[in-house]
Amino acid sequence: MNRERGFVFPEVIKTPSRFRNPIGKYRLNRSKGCISCGKCLETCTRDVHAMVKGKALVRNHYLCVGYDCENPCHQVCPVKALSLRRNPDFETMGDYRWSPDLLVSAWHMAEFGRPPEKGLEYRTGNSGGGFDKLRILFSNKLKDRVDCNSNGLEPDLAVELNRREDNAHRIRIEVPFYGGGMSYGSVSINTMLSRVKAAKALGTFCCTGEGGYPDELKPYDEHVITQVATGLFGVREETIQRVKIVEFKYAQGAKPGLGGHLLGDKVTPGVARMREAVVGYPLFSPFPFHSVYSVEDHKKHVDWIKAVNPRALVSVKVSTPTDVDMVAVGSYYAGAHIIHLDGSYGGTGAAPDIAKKNIAMPIEYAVPKVHRFLTEEGVRDKITVVASGGIRTPHDVVKIIALGADAVCTGTADLVALECIRCHNCESGRGCARGIATTDPELMDLVGLEWGAQRIINMFMAWRSEMIRILKKLSISSLKDLVGNTACISHIDYS
Amino acid sequence: MPAKYMIHAGQTPDRFETVTKSGIIAWEEGCLKCAVCVKKRCVYRVYEKRGLDALQMVDSVDNQCMNCLRCVQGCPKELIHKSVSPEYKALGDEYWSAEIISKIWYQARTGKIPVSGAGYPGPFSGAGFDSMWTDMSEIVRPTRDGIHGREYISTAVDLGGTPRHLSFGIEGALEVPTPKVIDMPLPVLLRVPSVGRITPNLISGWAVAARRLGIFLALGNEHINAAPGTCLSSLMPVVEEESLKCSAYPGTKIMELIMREDTHRVAEMLKTIKEPEFISVRIPVSRGVDDRALALAKAGLSIIHLEGTDDGRFLDDPTKSIKDGIRSTHLRLVEAGLRDAVTLLASGGMAMAEHVPKSLICGADAVFVDIPILVALECRLCGRCGEGLPCPVKMDKAEPVWVARRVVNLMAAWHSQLLEVMGAMGIRDARRLRGEAGRAMFFEELDRSTFANLGKTEEGCELE
Repeated sequence: MNRERGFVFPEVIKTPSRFRNPIGKYRLNRSKGCISCGKCLETCTRDVHAMVKGKALVRNHYLCVGYDCENPCHQVCPVKALSLRRNPDFETMGDYRWSPDLLVSAWHMAEFGRPPEKGLEYRTGNSGGGFDKLRILFSNKLKDRVDCNSNGLEPDLAVELNRREDNAHRIRIEVPFYGGGMSYGSVSINTMLSRVKAAKALGTFCCTGEGGYPDELKPYDEHVITQVATGLFGVREETIQRVKIVEFKYAQGAKPGLGGHLLGDKVTPGVARMREAVVGYPLFSPFPFHSVYSVEDHKKHVDWIKAVNPRALVSVKVSTPTDVDMVAVGSYYAGAHIIHLDGSYGGTGAAPDIAKKNIAMPIEYAVPKVHRFLTEEGVRDKITVVASGGIRTPHDVVKIIALGADAVCTGTADLVALECIRCHNCESGRGCARGIATTDPELMDLVGLEWGAQRIINMFMAWRSEMIRILKKLSISSLKDLVGNTACISHIDYS
Repeated sequence: MPAKYMIHAGQTPDRFETVTKSGIIAWEEGCLKCAVCVKKRCVYRVYEKRGLDALQMVDSVDNQCMNCLRCVQGCPKELIHKSVSPEYKALGDEYWSAEIISKIWYQARTGKIPVSGAGYPGPFSGAGFDSMWTDMSEIVRPTRDGIHGREYISTAVDLGGTPRHLSFGIEGALEVPTPKVIDMPLPVLLRVPSVGRITPNLISGWAVAARRLGIFLALGNEHINAAPGTCLSSLMPVVEEESLKCSAYPGTKIMELIMREDTHRVAEMLKTIKEPEFISVRIPVSRGVDDRALALAKAGLSIIHLEGTDDGRFLDDPTKSIKDGIRSTHLRLVEAGLRDAVTLLASGGMAMAEHVPKSLICGADAVFVDIPILVALECRLCGRCGEGLPCPVKMDKAEPVWVARRVVNLMAAWHSQLLEVMGAMGIRDARRLRGEAGRAMFFEELDRSTFANLGKTEEGCELE
């Protein structure tokens, strides 16, 4: 990409929910006693109420910030016709990791391009450990320090991906994240295109996952990472030559040690053609690469890619076993440019629950371990460490970088921007009822391309502005200085 | 190599409408009677397939809904709302959670591994077995592909002790007695739960399941006659010390003694018993369990059963998990050089498939599964039977054939999941899983070592 500092970030364009009734945390009930005096419209600064044909209505429940409101309409109402309560639907969504607060916050960011100002906890979820117990720490000494951002420049969030100083491309991503692999088949072409389009606009990349490289992505070749995974579905010399980054998927955090599985229902004619398979039959990716049982074999794999596309960057995606540090160093010596660690709480189209919960360690443990070991081996500055597996918020990004990663991969967050509700039914029947992770022709049309791309752009622009705010507050002028800077974070159990 | 172990599972439907998380769908007043109602657009056609179970007063809309919320978000008058089912919330208790119970139901119904989309939804870690993660292999260590049958992964374990070494005469003949062990194809034994109203039908079904699975069902004296005679060799009668001498059950291979008193007296007493050949001695998991187990091993006993509480804790210390008891006992026996002289069985709180490999990694040879074999039969752990109230799922009407199939299904699902975990670790033999604590990650160790040395808060600092 090699763009200089002049990169222009895309505009945030307000992009509301595609559903008639967006879900928020609160509901305002307007009783029959309302006299449509308009007092509530005057009081509310958030566009919750509307006057239609002389009648006052609650039009946007989801924008109400509830008990955090500084001028509660239900208190100024002269006839006490308004009452506030929690939205019962809110509690039925989400889970410990993606709490309903986080879901609704992500939707807010995808609509408005900025974090919610009140009413929602948008920084941490309810998992009770890892990211959710880590906090960004602003030391009191920061207040005395001369503001290093006083020159008016924004902190630099860009990340150089090639640190080997070899023949391969010099690639700089403008934001410290890129899109993780989601295959054609597990998600719809519209979802895929929305993500790639957003990646282009944000000056970063998006990975195809293991399921081939649809022709529709051709205009975005410069921003595509293509994946070579154990099933080699849709992998051809031509697809490897088309891109600047090739990713080897050795393992996936959600199902470490297990192969991929695309259910028969999702193998539609289009998917079957792409994967050179039979319509309606489930597809299993084996595990592992049966050609790789040592670092030497691993090197042969990397060399194969470099022979096919000499200027490509090679990323190696691995999961997080006890010896993840060895795997990372081995990958460096095998010639990889990027080591991508996918922690055990990562996303998936379908995986056994036992694997998602129990196998391999969370990314919060793996990153410091790898960072330390690469540093001790003296090769930390020669390889880019990318972390994924449960990155939900800009705060998660800052935390994992402070623990030692250079950048992150996102997956579920992109889908949440497209209004994924975390119902966990991506794999069943026709696939996602909300049209995101499906190949059903009727359902996939629920996500429009422009709409999808803009939602993702908006959310990541909000992430970007949050990260800039945090770095400024930390008095850090470049993200590079945050890498492994553990003094900037604290764990509330050991603080 | 022994014949490949296969468990034949098959769809075995519930008898009652199941309780799901998906709760009540509520309608408010004010319907506009739109030409195309959102209910007609339901992707899962839940509203079209709607039915009311008159007996249980359950509306199928409520338990077939897949929570996509499209009707909630689509209704022009915002009349449709959802909530989590209060019945689901009320299921079980803190340990035997609604999620565990409904997963056992699913496995007993289908015999399949629970699979879902999107990432793990649960908490970061938890108490007991939830504070450990199992290892996987990549690049430098191969995995094994057991689940699709491309490589055979053996889940068999031995019951009984083995000598530290064999000795041979000059002619090459074995000079010590041939070690005797029971080769059990799955590291699981069933046992009659301490809760619920146990009927002869249940015992009969469980005994058949144990026989089909090639494992044992541990049961008290009072239940033995309910088991079919053909299943006798799959039973493990459990006896008290005082009735030990008079309670030989011809045809059984193994028996269990509940130990209450002095180790040496029990050991002497057991030496006089010739049948059955294998006797397991059960001791509670409480403070000093490792010392007691060591004393038993030194006294020459070959099978020791460590029994925790129903929620997998120490009997005398609710802050300690059965997992800690297994680990310390295993290590104590290893240090004394006696680990292979005994088989360690563990029980208490084995609720999910992962508890089997995790117990083995901590050092057990096999585990007892009790409450899940009752939950597999749709039990809601409501405790009404204990109060003399009628059972909401009419457990007394459960037929032995159905009982056996449900339990076989559950174990088939657990077996497949054991293969998943072992395959990911690259371990092909369950006997090699025992005590492999280096192939697991423990919260207590990792969390502190990773996070204890981050930034420290001080006065005037700010956290975000």
